[in-house]
Amino acid sequence: MNTFILITVLLLFMVFSYQIGKKRVLKTASSENIKLHSLPGYYGVYIAVLCGLPALFLTGVWLSLENQILELILLSELPNKISSLSAGEIDLLVNDIRNVASNNISSREPSESVLSAALRYNQLKSISLFSLAVSCLVVCILGLSIGLKKLDPTLRARPIVEGVARWTLLIASIIAVLTTIGIVLSLIFESIRFFEVVSPLEFLFGLNWSPQTALREDQIGASGAFGAVPIFAGTLLITLIAMLVSVPVGLLSAIYMAEYASSQVRGIVKPVLEILAGIPTVVYGFFAALTIGPSLRGFGDSLGLGVASESALVAGLVMGVMIIPFVSSLSDDVINAVPQSLRDGAYALGATESETVRQVVLPAALHGIVGAILLAVSRAIGETMIVVMAAGLAANLTANPFEAVTTVTVQIVTLLVGDQEFDSAKTLAAFALGLVLFLVTLVLNVIALVVVRRYREEYE
Amino acid sequence: MSNNFNESISELKPDLSEARLRKRYRAETRFRIYGIAAILFAIGILALLLGSIITTGFSAFTQTEIALDIHYESTLFDPDGTGKFVPLSSGNYRKVVRKSLRDLFPEVTKRREKRSLYKIISSGADLSARKYLLSNPNSIEKTKRIWIKSSADIDSLNKGKIKRSVAESERRVKNNQILWFDKLSKENRVRRTFNFTLFSAGDSREPELAGIWGAAVGSFLTLIVTLALSFPVGVMAAVYLESFAPKNRWTDLIEVNINNLAAVPSIVFGLLGLAVFLNFLGMPRSAPVIGGTVLALMTLPTIIIAGRAALNAVPPSIQEAALAMGASPLQAVTHHVLPLAMPGILTGTIIGMARALGETAPLLMIGMVAFIVDIPKSFTDPATVLPVQVYLWADAPERAFVEKTSAAILVLLLFLIVMNLAAVILRKRFEKRW
Repeated sequence: MNTFILITVLLLFMVFSYQIGKKRVLKTASSENIKLHSLPGYYGVYIAVLCGLPALFLTGVWLSLENQILELILLSELPNKISSLSAGEIDLLVNDIRNVASNNISSREPSESVLSAALRYNQLKSISLFSLAVSCLVVCILGLSIGLKKLDPTLRARPIVEGVARWTLLIASIIAVLTTIGIVLSLIFESIRFFEVVSPLEFLFGLNWSPQTALREDQIGASGAFGAVPIFAGTLLITLIAMLVSVPVGLLSAIYMAEYASSQVRGIVKPVLEILAGIPTVVYGFFAALTIGPSLRGFGDSLGLGVASESALVAGLVMGVMIIPFVSSLSDDVINAVPQSLRDGAYALGATESETVRQVVLPAALHGIVGAILLAVSRAIGETMIVVMAAGLAANLTANPFEAVTTVTVQIVTLLVGDQEFDSAKTLAAFALGLVLFLVTLVLNVIALVVVRRYREEYE
Repeated sequence: MSNNFNESISELKPDLSEARLRKRYRAETRFRIYGIAAILFAIGILALLLGSIITTGFSAFTQTEIALDIHYESTLFDPDGTGKFVPLSSGNYRKVVRKSLRDLFPEVTKRREKRSLYKIISSGADLSARKYLLSNPNSIEKTKRIWIKSSADIDSLNKGKIKRSVAESERRVKNNQILWFDKLSKENRVRRTFNFTLFSAGDSREPELAGIWGAAVGSFLTLIVTLALSFPVGVMAAVYLESFAPKNRWTDLIEVNINNLAAVPSIVFGLLGLAVFLNFLGMPRSAPVIGGTVLALMTLPTIIIAGRAALNAVPPSIQEAALAMGASPLQAVTHHVLPLAMPGILTGTIIGMARALGETAPLLMIGMVAFIVDIPKSFTDPATVLPVQVYLWADAPERAFVEKTSAAILVLLLFLIVMNLAAVILRKRFEKRW
């Protein structure tokens, strides 16, 4: 909270220095009777940037490093006996101290030393905040005085300010790249730690997945089985079912809308289908668990089939419904992009509308449709809430859609939600699964984008 | 190829018979029917989804209440009988509530039966009794009729969700409780009122005391953080890429990267938040500030893509005119192009925000899934959000949470509809065709 106040104060400082700069330069200009090089506002911004930007930058760097440095100081001050603890136990201890310090509910009753460490932690934190505030103030005043000294009606303020603005724009567009780098690095680092305990071969080709079996802390990783093949198989099974629902329905409705429907029908049906895309996935999950699951189970029982209430079929069906608008809107775009001349040619040869669609339009649009389906597959693989709520938890290696299977995303959620010690193979496994998920969806997306782009070029 | 084609032409003798024509027309009709069936299937599922949620959730907006005649004895505030009075707020209200209930059914004497009797009313009944007395302090030594929430099971019975025809052993409400309830109804001591608790309380283990206000406030705080981070950054990135970026490999890299980021599964952003924001930067767990940051990274590509499309739709002549009048490139963009593109950018932003509002998976990763009773007051308080609340309630074992879950979904959908309508209206009113 105090950081918010600090940043607000800094912003107020910037507004204030803007006013000073603007007034000062107008005054000198009128008293010395010189023409300003730039509009007065630019001088204000020039001063505000000099005053505020370094301080904001300092705050950002400070806050991002604060945590690590405080932890180091804290650990160096703790009694010597902690050097005998393992890295995991130290992490746990630090977590406890932090929880006590922020008045959160701690997992266990805090000991005397933890309490005093928490006090020390809070003290360190307030020292840090105080020194940050002081250094920000110094930097602000320094910037302000430098700026005011340089301030002169002949100063070329506009190019300078615009240079800063361009850099800011560039940095904003790089944030997306930084996010990707952050994702890749965090996934790879945690996965490497995981693969130190479990060999990548066992992870990728092992047939047995039971991360929860660890009984004692020191045998974690030694006892759990981390063969992810059943999870991959379950993910593929559910994705396949989802595709069997969404591709025909999505494609056929896209064809109907593009080729047959009148504009009024399209005006109604299209937004209605888009509602399906706007419904949060957690709602689909609830729908699957509440309505579809029990009714499919009852239906299966009446046929004499043993359908598990958390069967792959339920999750796949509902996921397929969720993806319908995705497939239909993408293929709609693609079908509309097929030149009318191709259709006219087919009609001229006497083809009916459906023959035109099947033998001319669809082959012409095939690239785009394949791209759309690949994007839909990547969407289905990464979908989380529906499977968390409607698919099972146990890793079952089966191709029977009536049985419960689990997926990559379900496992990530179950491994990471709730109480967790960091550093155990169990939680690190989630990052390894995340890495696989990220890579697979990335490859699918890249292929899809390339396919779609190449297709677009064909008719443009 | 052409040789082949000529041969096949000469070999083919077109079948021009009526039968074949009819077959082709039948295929045509079938194909149309497939298309209509596909659309009807999708719409039907949508209707089923909305229908099932509305029918289960609608009853959660009302709440069964039972009238009790509570006698506020003064001994209530003198627990030891020594004349040392405790403040009104710490009296033993549970005792008076239970006594008033026993007075209604003097025939109940056995301990087990009594316990079963107390289960008719909510465990929050003593709080209601206290609240009444605190706002009407002159009621001491008087008997007042107060409407008190029934327990969730009795509420379900009253709403017909627990069927009387089911065998007693399989029913959560026992036969004697039904008898008592029927007696209360006959005495006009039962009513159904609007469920204010649902819209004013935080989460609770008791279905009748649980509300979505805490989650709604959490969603609001989270979305503010998301908007404050993703909108400026997204607009700036879009402006840079559309107007200033040189055409080179780096710009291509940024573009490809943004397109890919838009398709990264949302749960991966949660993993990023967990590894970087929580474990590396030590930001507070479960807090809206970190949830908002993760969602901002997730919505950023959406806003950038929408922003670029909107900026691209502004005709270059406007920028050229500004440049011709002596504006600098940055002035031309910020004074002329950007304001004209703003409706499009805002539409994209609202749609991105709507997606962020419905997002659950990444928030599970960063601990916004905790059981939180208090209404969050700041960006760093532990909080949960509406979709996570839906997830938590959907997992709760009590049957009565099913209707609460559906009600929470209805509220969530209402917000989403409002946001999307705003986007549509914005697009319709301000979009210019050049």
